[in-house]
Amino acid sequence: MHVKNGIVVRVETDHTQEDALGIQQIRACLRGRGIRKWIYSPERLLYPMKRIGKRGEGKFARITWNQAFDLIASKLKTIIDQYGNEAIYRNYGTGNLGGVVSHHNQIEKLMNVLGGKLNYHNSYSTAQIFQAMTYLYGKNNTGNYISDIVNSKLVVLFGNNTAETRMSGGGTIRDLVLAKKDSKAKVIVIDPLYTDTAAGFADEWIPIKPGTDAALAAGLAHVLIMNDMVDIEFLNRYTLGYDKSTMPEDIPKGYSYKDYILGFGEDTTPKTPEWAAAITGIPAKRIVKLAYEIGSIKPVYVAQGWGPQRHANGEQTARAICMLPILTGNVGIKGGNSGDREASFGIDWPGISVGENPIKTSIPCFLWTKAIENPTDFTALNSGLRGKKHLEVPIKFMWCFASNALINQHSDINHTHEILQDESKCEMIVLIENVMSTSAKYADILLPGTSSFEERDLAYQGYAVEMGALMIREKAIEPMGECRTLFDICAGIARKMGKEKDFSNGLDHDQWVEEMYHQCRKIKPQLPEDFSKALEKGLYKWPRSGKSFVGLASFRKNPEKYPLNTPSGKIEIFSRLLWQMAQTWQLPEGDSIRALPEYTSSWGIPGKKDAVLYPLQLVGHHFKQRTHSTYGNNEWLNEASPQTLWINSLDATPRGIEHGDLVKVFNDIGATLVRAKVTPRIMPGVMSLPQGAWYKPDKEGIDQGGCINTLTSQRPSPIAKGNPQHTNLVQVVKEKQTHD
Amino acid sequence: MIKTPAFFIDMQICTGCKTCMVACKDKNDLDSGLRWRRVYEFSGGDWVKADDGTFTQDVFAYYISMGCNHCQDPACVEACPSCAMHRNESGIVLIDSKKCVGCRYCEWACPYSAPQFDYANGIMTKCDFCQSQIQEGREPCCVEACPTHALLFGDYDELIALHGKKAIIAPLPPPEITCPNLVIAPPKQAKSTENTNGLIQNPEEVKDE
Repeated sequence: MHVKNGIVVRVETDHTQEDALGIQQIRACLRGRGIRKWIYSPERLLYPMKRIGKRGEGKFARITWNQAFDLIASKLKTIIDQYGNEAIYRNYGTGNLGGVVSHHNQIEKLMNVLGGKLNYHNSYSTAQIFQAMTYLYGKNNTGNYISDIVNSKLVVLFGNNTAETRMSGGGTIRDLVLAKKDSKAKVIVIDPLYTDTAAGFADEWIPIKPGTDAALAAGLAHVLIMNDMVDIEFLNRYTLGYDKSTMPEDIPKGYSYKDYILGFGEDTTPKTPEWAAAITGIPAKRIVKLAYEIGSIKPVYVAQGWGPQRHANGEQTARAICMLPILTGNVGIKGGNSGDREASFGIDWPGISVGENPIKTSIPCFLWTKAIENPTDFTALNSGLRGKKHLEVPIKFMWCFASNALINQHSDINHTHEILQDESKCEMIVLIENVMSTSAKYADILLPGTSSFEERDLAYQGYAVEMGALMIREKAIEPMGECRTLFDICAGIARKMGKEKDFSNGLDHDQWVEEMYHQCRKIKPQLPEDFSKALEKGLYKWPRSGKSFVGLASFRKNPEKYPLNTPSGKIEIFSRLLWQMAQTWQLPEGDSIRALPEYTSSWGIPGKKDAVLYPLQLVGHHFKQRTHSTYGNNEWLNEASPQTLWINSLDATPRGIEHGDLVKVFNDIGATLVRAKVTPRIMPGVMSLPQGAWYKPDKEGIDQGGCINTLTSQRPSPIAKGNPQHTNLVQVVKEKQTHD
Repeated sequence: MIKTPAFFIDMQICTGCKTCMVACKDKNDLDSGLRWRRVYEFSGGDWVKADDGTFTQDVFAYYISMGCNHCQDPACVEACPSCAMHRNESGIVLIDSKKCVGCRYCEWACPYSAPQFDYANGIMTKCDFCQSQIQEGREPCCVEACPTHALLFGDYDELIALHGKKAIIAPLPPPEITCPNLVIAPPKQAKSTENTNGLIQNPEEVKDE
């Protein structure tokens, strides 16, 4: 940061340190380079406020910090007295994960000091795949490093657009760039979009209809099985449920994976390439060829990103993709991969210790609106509640820190808006933010937090890099206006509740930074003892160990000695846990839980009757302009990459839509206006509205901002109860021409 | 000091992320509309739907980052009626803002859209190769910013000796017009300048409206 007279005038990042695979320069992406427009945004929050209009109107009155703390503390006491601590919740939010002291864990600690609060599980990023992998492999993060593609003969990526989701110089994209140079492997990307990753690095793009990857996997499996390209020794030794020889004895005949693929199962349908072609939109000939490509050489690196799983049938998709490396014995070997997302290396740095939450009840993070609106129908068997059979109290008090999931990033904005309008339901929302985000407008008490550049803190390597890093950040400028750090905010509330010492342990924000630094030194003792020296240097890096990392390697070497954490200790192609859940869980009509990684069609996937009214599939890919919704108001980034609707000319032309036209995208859930990007880079029948654009309703409540969550459903996925935000059916019409 | 400063783009590893563009705006404090560096998205190809509802296609796409190429025969200099636009002894094409009358002839003449009109001040502006920075022995800001190290900087003749390719791929104009100090390692999908199947997909991101 170049600072003149207390103002940041220029940003520079790591372009001087050594640079090679494993110790690359952590060069910022465009979002970091444009950060001045965030720090000095005209929408920066500068003092505490309380709401005076309706939720969402954005009308606030300035108050003092002392008044804010009084209001919050007194409401906390009332809610705890009347409903208990379980009525208090912190909403999911990832707008500031970089800080160690300025981390949402401070709210966890504060609430633990005050008797606890309702927990959540899952994430909006990975709900379906993380749960799916535990049934299949007994754990998550089972992949090899992306750099392991130097050892592969073929790379097949499902989704996985690292060029836009891990795009900094310290991100996976750089690992991919460097590894691709040394790799002779052909790279195939399977994605509804010709993404920047596909355009830049793939030798071939195979477009696929969203939500149908599991059908492709089944079609490929059919060819592999029929043509003896499966690794039967691997399947017999390491897996459960491929054919009758490894099926549990008490399960009736016809439920093995091979039965399903060959048509001897319940549905009596062989999963031929022609069957898969009709569902996926991929020609049968190409499916056969792909099966031969995968089945005839080794090792093959099959990996998936997190897009394919963010669907109504996402748990099935995630497991089905893994069947390709499982059938061909590419799991746990150099140059292979489990079918999971690529692994990343990181040092296991310490976080703030938050103490013990006496409350064990936990909701899926996607179902917080249901926990406000319909708590009496919120059970373990119908909503994935953990720790209790049914929810006993509704959410009455919500914390939101760096979270735009209160409205913008949660599905079905119109319905969420309605729920939040009723102030007798969730009685208080306290929101801590840098800018007047869409969610900030729904806060009852709105508190201005310091940006990362106005506070001293530590930051660790992200998970998207093959390198360990510790950043010791000095603040570049003084806090804007009356902004305070999250720690100071929580300490102020703890003081009002008579628990300040319990919360702060007698330290202030900066002392906590130093304390955490010394905890880091226990892991890396070569860090200087003198904190001020470390602060001066600022950035320390540790390359990953020289050898490429292979996920599940010890299991592959000796499955008896190193069994997986599944009930059988093996890879569970057939999951008995899911078999049981299918019989006990209560699901809405049309949803299903299957023991096998079958393709299950779903609401929101064409083929159902609603597809007549809404014939187009809509996904929301991650987009370089923003990190989710963060920086959605940055004028430089909006200039570089404006929000547009990706639409193929085969869909645009019959509707009279030309590039740059303002169009309306709509379904029964809502509508949004946005400019069209008519491009061959998306499959016909599919459109993409990059997720995270800020919701901007006009007087009639029609969004002018191109925000996809005006169109997404709150109906969760069957197993994880995760957010299926890529499963949408919509229609599009021209609103008006470019220049009229 | 480098004899003839030039940009090199390894288009096989450029992801079109636009970090170069934003880093340039930050360093030079450029308001919206002033794009000393722009990133063109060039794409094309056809889709065919078969009777069974499946699709085949031959779609291609690549990005090309453009600042000023500080041409050896700069069209902007030739077009400038007030002698504001000039090429200095270091090979950098610059505008003397005192002489600029804001007629915008340079903007029309430049085949790369490098000169950018500053509406607020009524004069042209453009990339100055970060001359103060390169005089210190550093690289231009956009080069130092590139996350994948696709955008590089060096002497034109040395870059040609190393890479041997001239800037001749679509959607760039033929290099004979201005002799740009730009060297490109073309992407796998590179199309020739005569290509008619591809289009600049993001006109609103690169053109003054």
